[in-house]
Amino acid sequence: MAFMLNSFLVFGQGTITPSWAMYSILGVLILAGLSALVGLTANLIDMEAHKHGVQVSEDGWFTKFLNQFTGETKSSKVHKLNRGFEILINGEVKSSQIVSKPVSRVALKPYTFIGLSPIPKVVVEVGQSVKAGDEVYHDKKHPEIKFTSPVSGEVIEINRGDKRAIADIVILADKDQQYKKFNAPGKDADRAALVSFLVDTGAWTWINERPFDVVPQLSSQPKNIFISTFDTAPLAPDNNLIVAGNEQAFQDGIDVLARLTEGKVYLGLDGSNRGQLSTAFTNAKNADLHYFEGKHPAGNVGVQIHHIAPIKSGEKVWTMRVQDVIALGKLFATGEVRRSAIVAIAGNEVKEPQYVSTFPGASVAELTQGNVTDGKLRYISGDVLSGKQVSVTGFMNEKDDQLTVIEEGDFYEMFGWLMPLSPRPSASGTYPNGLFPKMKFDVNTNTHGEKRAFVVTGQYEEVLPMDIYPQHLFKSILTKDVEMMEGLGINELSEEDVALCEFVCTSKQPLQQLLREGLDYMRTEA
Amino acid sequence: MGLLQFLQRIEPDKKKSPLLHTAYDAFFTFAFTPNTVTKGGVHIRDGMDLKRLMVYVVLALQLCYLFGSYNIGHQHFVAAGQHLGFLDAFHLKLAHGLIKMLPMFIVTHVVGLGMEFLFAAKKGHAVEEGFLVSGALIPLIMPPDLPMWILALSVTFAVILGKEAFGGTGMNIWNIALLARVFVFFAYPTEISGDTCWVSGYDSLAAGSAAEYGWWHTGFFNSIFGSLGWPQFDAAKTVVVDGFSGATPLALAYQGGMEAVNQHYTVGQILWGAIPGSIGETNKPFIILGALFLILTRVASWRIMAGMVLGVGVTGLIFNAWGFNDFMMVPWYYHYILGSFLFAMAFMATDPVTASGTNKGKWIYGFFIGVVGLVVRVMNPAYPEGWMLAILFMNSFAPLIDYFIVQSNIKKRTSRV
Repeated sequence: MAFMLNSFLVFGQGTITPSWAMYSILGVLILAGLSALVGLTANLIDMEAHKHGVQVSEDGWFTKFLNQFTGETKSSKVHKLNRGFEILINGEVKSSQIVSKPVSRVALKPYTFIGLSPIPKVVVEVGQSVKAGDEVYHDKKHPEIKFTSPVSGEVIEINRGDKRAIADIVILADKDQQYKKFNAPGKDADRAALVSFLVDTGAWTWINERPFDVVPQLSSQPKNIFISTFDTAPLAPDNNLIVAGNEQAFQDGIDVLARLTEGKVYLGLDGSNRGQLSTAFTNAKNADLHYFEGKHPAGNVGVQIHHIAPIKSGEKVWTMRVQDVIALGKLFATGEVRRSAIVAIAGNEVKEPQYVSTFPGASVAELTQGNVTDGKLRYISGDVLSGKQVSVTGFMNEKDDQLTVIEEGDFYEMFGWLMPLSPRPSASGTYPNGLFPKMKFDVNTNTHGEKRAFVVTGQYEEVLPMDIYPQHLFKSILTKDVEMMEGLGINELSEEDVALCEFVCTSKQPLQQLLREGLDYMRTEA
Repeated sequence: MGLLQFLQRIEPDKKKSPLLHTAYDAFFTFAFTPNTVTKGGVHIRDGMDLKRLMVYVVLALQLCYLFGSYNIGHQHFVAAGQHLGFLDAFHLKLAHGLIKMLPMFIVTHVVGLGMEFLFAAKKGHAVEEGFLVSGALIPLIMPPDLPMWILALSVTFAVILGKEAFGGTGMNIWNIALLARVFVFFAYPTEISGDTCWVSGYDSLAAGSAAEYGWWHTGFFNSIFGSLGWPQFDAAKTVVVDGFSGATPLALAYQGGMEAVNQHYTVGQILWGAIPGSIGETNKPFIILGALFLILTRVASWRIMAGMVLGVGVTGLIFNAWGFNDFMMVPWYYHYILGSFLFAMAFMATDPVTASGTNKGKWIYGFFIGVVGLVVRVMNPAYPEGWMLAILFMNSFAPLIDYFIVQSNIKKRTSRV
């Protein structure tokens, strides 16, 4: 400062003519002073924020400033994802009230678990009574991993599909639920005891292992465990409501998971709605919290893994849904399999979208009775992007927390490709949707065009916030090039991650199916 | 829905007459979006499909078509020293332009689409929409007096050897429209280079040679204009005036730099396009509008366009600094409006099939088109315009650019420890 003052004085006396060197030294000094001031302020704000329990980024302001240009947010705990796309659909659940709907019929569908042989060994018979937690079936290749009943009741049907594969096992649920009693291991039990308890109760099958999205083998050692606490898919339920009242069970579940891995348990939190998050998520112990800001698919656990600690070659990680973490917590607290499913019934053909509390694998007809419009409808267990089609007489998939009902679009549209009669969601700039960012759409299942060869490039990247070249990956799947597939990151992906790519695809390519073919090929070849 | 039922009733049998069925299917899906529903993957699909994508490029070209057709007529009368004001004798210029333009458009589409239908029927798949854009581009990049048989031959060459040999839409390596042009350029060079080919309707541009009018001029349009009492086509009066050369600004720039250009054309003329040249490339503001339309609708990649602008700027500056001959001394910013740079940038280089597929690759690809194109334009005495060759050249290298970018991604992933 003294130097600056001096130099000003000297100028004033006119003894030295100001030169470019003088000016540049002055400039550098002013810049340095300013940056010191900004840095100090940033630190003060951070300290204040810590006092109020607000999570802030670990990076300094300068790194953050730079990150804005490079898009790198690797080391910080706040991940800002710029790419993605939000599909706004009518029929969102507005009421936060959860209606209790204990349906009478519940089904288990073995084929929804990837990698299971199509004819598992069913250990119950029609007419037999089961309690919640009793084994129903197991894979013949891995008889030690039990799939247990989520409800108590009477087995009324074992339906078979093509080639005698088991389609579903239907259970008529009791009005008063009976729970099989297990002895939960204590807090000091070793990992082996935990694993054998999980396997006996069927809770092992709640775990999802990546890559490939399979039920892990008993020998599997996860590098880390990831839980996404928010779902950005269209019309997805709000996990803050689901966890309400179950905060302790959620924390218990995390504590158990933390004992199953030598790495960490990571929680992905919704960075865009930070104020409205449940304390179960924001104050979770025994876990690393990472905030994600951005559009769908920011809530996908696969995207979060990619940004927190990407899967390396040969590694396995586990993921678990929030509702299963809660059930896991309850299991250890009570020794009983108490799985309830809070399901959002939504979509433009639902009269009154609502949250219902029911059993996993509930009957679709019972859930939607009197609450859907007339006409040809599509029922989707899950969201419109990566959910599975179910018939109205069918059942929800066990692990889905959303039932979407939309219109079947099997009609012709005159010059529909040029002048559509109705507004429709689109990520392309050829629709004026960008001018109405809040507009919601009535959607249907029409493909809006026919399948074509890959033509457009750069389209998938816009909606996949990962350092992956999707188009090249898909081409390597088509050519069954294992090394290329692995190198381009197929192990980091799951169907739900590329679902948006499939949605925006101008050539209407079946990308999710293609990815699964690639993953199956990797799983069986490797 | 009467039309729908009628169309469904007349559907030809697929096995008995595959070609007829292919053609029927192409027209049916053009009139009606099919009733197919999603199965297996996503349950809803984006409203965007390939037909819509292609037609948006065609829409972006409409202003170029309008201006290009009119400018054919304008150049025709400028050569004769008549109706020198741009809007003078509007009806004659438009009529002459349409007489030249419509046959080219029709021949291109009949030949090109016929080829597509034939191959689609043979391979048993639906007609893909790729040729909608190629067909709209080809007439715009040809000289107005090109004989129809050469046009038909070049389209056939481009579609069969350029596209179908590689597997159809989406599989081709080189830009189809440019392949058609490069075919004419190397097989019939006199039709597409030199000073005389850019002005239509005369056998030669020697002073005193009269305009050649056919039935459409003298029979069809003259009878209409006559009944309205408007001026008519008159071959006896429409003769090339002394000293008219028909040289394009680029040809002039090659001879004597910007000074030579300015003797014939003002910057305003070059910008607004009242100059001889390929049909679609002369009016720069309309091309810029088309380019903006493509960027806003995200149909074309802005990265490629920006890369090209950058490439031309850098190379232009280097040439200015080098200053070996008059053409090198043309200020770098004039290169943007001279010749067909903007047209090539907006509509040719951005073809997604033949360009780089990665975002980083698009920058590199665009940049090098800019560099190579300007090098050809300035340093090659045989041919004063370089974009066609530069784009085809970089088309060949686009897969290589992508390869290195994808490999670096793979390396990054496999080296994670």
